[in-house]
Amino acid sequence: MSGIGISRRGLLAGASAFGTTAALSACGAKTGSATSSSGAKADTSGDTVKVGLLNSLSGTMAISEVTVHNALLLAVKEINAAGGVLGKKLKPISQDGASDWPTFAEKAEALITDDKVVATFGCWTSASRKAVKPVFERYKSLLFYPVQYEGLEQSPYIFYIGATTNQQIVPALDYLKKQGLTRLYLVGSDYVFPRTANKIIKAYAEANGMTVVGEDYAPLGSTEFSTIVNKVKDAGADAVFNTLNGDSNVAFFKEYKSAGLSAKSLPVLSVSIAEEEVKSIGTQYLEGQLTAWNYYQTTPGAANTEFVKAYQAAYGADKPTSDPMEAAYISVYLWKEMVEKAGSFDVAKVKKASAGIELDAPEGKVTVDGTTQHVHKTARIGKIGADGLITEVWNSGKPIKPDPYLKDYDWASGLS
Amino acid sequence: MTVILNQSFTGISIGAVLLLIALGLTLTFGQMGVINMAHGEFIMAGAYTTYVLQKDISGAGISLLVALPLAFLVAGGLGALLEWLLIRRLYTRPLDTLLVTWGVSLMLQQLARDIFGAPNVQTHAPDLLTGNISVGGITFANNRLFILGLALLCVLGLTLILRLTPLGRRIRAVVQNRDLAEVSGIATGRVDRMTFFIGSGLAGVAGVALTLVGPIGPTMGTNYIVDAFLVVVVGGIAQLKGSVITAFALGVLQSVLEYSTTVSVAKVIVLVAIVAFLQWRPQGLYTLRTRSLA
Repeated sequence: MSGIGISRRGLLAGASAFGTTAALSACGAKTGSATSSSGAKADTSGDTVKVGLLNSLSGTMAISEVTVHNALLLAVKEINAAGGVLGKKLKPISQDGASDWPTFAEKAEALITDDKVVATFGCWTSASRKAVKPVFERYKSLLFYPVQYEGLEQSPYIFYIGATTNQQIVPALDYLKKQGLTRLYLVGSDYVFPRTANKIIKAYAEANGMTVVGEDYAPLGSTEFSTIVNKVKDAGADAVFNTLNGDSNVAFFKEYKSAGLSAKSLPVLSVSIAEEEVKSIGTQYLEGQLTAWNYYQTTPGAANTEFVKAYQAAYGADKPTSDPMEAAYISVYLWKEMVEKAGSFDVAKVKKASAGIELDAPEGKVTVDGTTQHVHKTARIGKIGADGLITEVWNSGKPIKPDPYLKDYDWASGLS
Repeated sequence: MTVILNQSFTGISIGAVLLLIALGLTLTFGQMGVINMAHGEFIMAGAYTTYVLQKDISGAGISLLVALPLAFLVAGGLGALLEWLLIRRLYTRPLDTLLVTWGVSLMLQQLARDIFGAPNVQTHAPDLLTGNISVGGITFANNRLFILGLALLCVLGLTLILRLTPLGRRIRAVVQNRDLAEVSGIATGRVDRMTFFIGSGLAGVAGVALTLVGPIGPTMGTNYIVDAFLVVVVGGIAQLKGSVITAFALGVLQSVLEYSTTVSVAKVIVLVAIVAFLQWRPQGLYTLRTRSLA
């Protein structure tokens, strides 16, 4: 483990030094020709084309993003083994965003201008996506983003392969309502995603006869939850809607259990805990609790069996697959389909060809929506089992049309 | 009424955690004037000791009991090593101790990342400590009761060492007047190292306790280091009594404010209150009268 770590760091040191020079030269290019995107022309001349993989391989987000990076590499490897795209092999160029948003922007620019990649896959946090968005728009280059997010965004140069709110949060609320759990307590980390998500939840609750009995935010990384849990206990809630991120979940669920609360007495529905996180939080604290995603390792279907088998063969039999990993994996395949339909790597042609692209993905059938550049996805509610895997207890039956601005919901009209 | 009692217990339990992490600092910062930014990493060392033990000893309860003295030795040993390697050269330069130990803190974090990996790890609490006792509608979480007991035990132990043992007498002598202690035949260098050993060891014990509430990770110490310094500064440096009172007072204040407002607002109010308090009493709650000329 540590041996691999050292060699990888060596590589990273090289990569980051390389990234800096690339960014510097890019700066020079920018001042030379302010609006021209000549530096951004993807290089498709050889018999290989480069694709950018932009993830945090170090820093606090590495836990999650390394798994996404692994899934991307797996997809590239499989596509190459099957002959590549338009007869050209893909050469993955990995850049480390290092959990630092300015670094993400810098590395994105290096990938586009220096490596001349044909497309980039990656990012996790909304903050990193917001940081790279202007870069991809300036150079008219494509980013495929694999994680569920808070919606209310649409960039012509980003394909959103994870769920938007109407494919995760709204179905989760529908599910709770159907179970008769109408008094909600909202607990979240204090940053953009939970605050936006809770704004949506409150608007939904008001229109659907549900009550939000309390709302609390803890600073990111906070580990002191005794008061919040006391408040939850006293508020007379039927369920907790949890948008906590990362480590805070560990402290929260430990406190939850020692306060005598459980999935039976007061269920918690989480939107940021997937298989990887379940393992590190500890199943004894999470057993029976609910999650909302579009994919679980246990999702039935031949495509998923194959995906899980391939992933575990490549990275270890005990490694779980998760929703963001699956979205990352299919994002490469979706791009491949778009390119082949367009018959070209040209960004404008690929975008035009994207509408209606379909894939039998591990999560089930997905279809690209050409206007919003999001994906039709099936919503799934799961229950965490004692083995750390999540079993589906409900799904939407068919893929849900993406609606990032929640235009189809009257109650959401005041949101922006 | 039950709400008030429940919140009081929560406040006391937050105070117990604060006290446990600040106790070692009371010695190393309070008594010796060393601003040890690596104190948080000694907490981390204690927590990882628990984690390693639990992988090797199957019973969660036994491994926790073994972890307590072992974490004390591991963290204390690291502390003594740090004192011997670096800090003893810097006793007259407190600001330099800050910079040097900050560097050490970053190195220890990276070391932990290399050994244990970047993702946080977990220990299993013994079954006995995952439940709670309910008395008349008030819920006492068992892990919190355990931490409270542990904190009080550490305060008692430290008090006894400082009051009754020859080492304690020597520590107090060095704190009050280093030069006079030295000419009286006290090996001040050795006393310094022992003081640092005990102070850092207590951080290790705090680390064991923290595995019962949250995740174990390379940066877990940084979450607590600021709070620990606040307790020591507000309590009045070099005063055990001050730290005990401050820790519980801040814990109760924090929990009362959290209940009536939000976590972030409560944090802000507590910090403002501390700043106001230090304007009024810059020396803290209690001060030590020394015969030192410095």
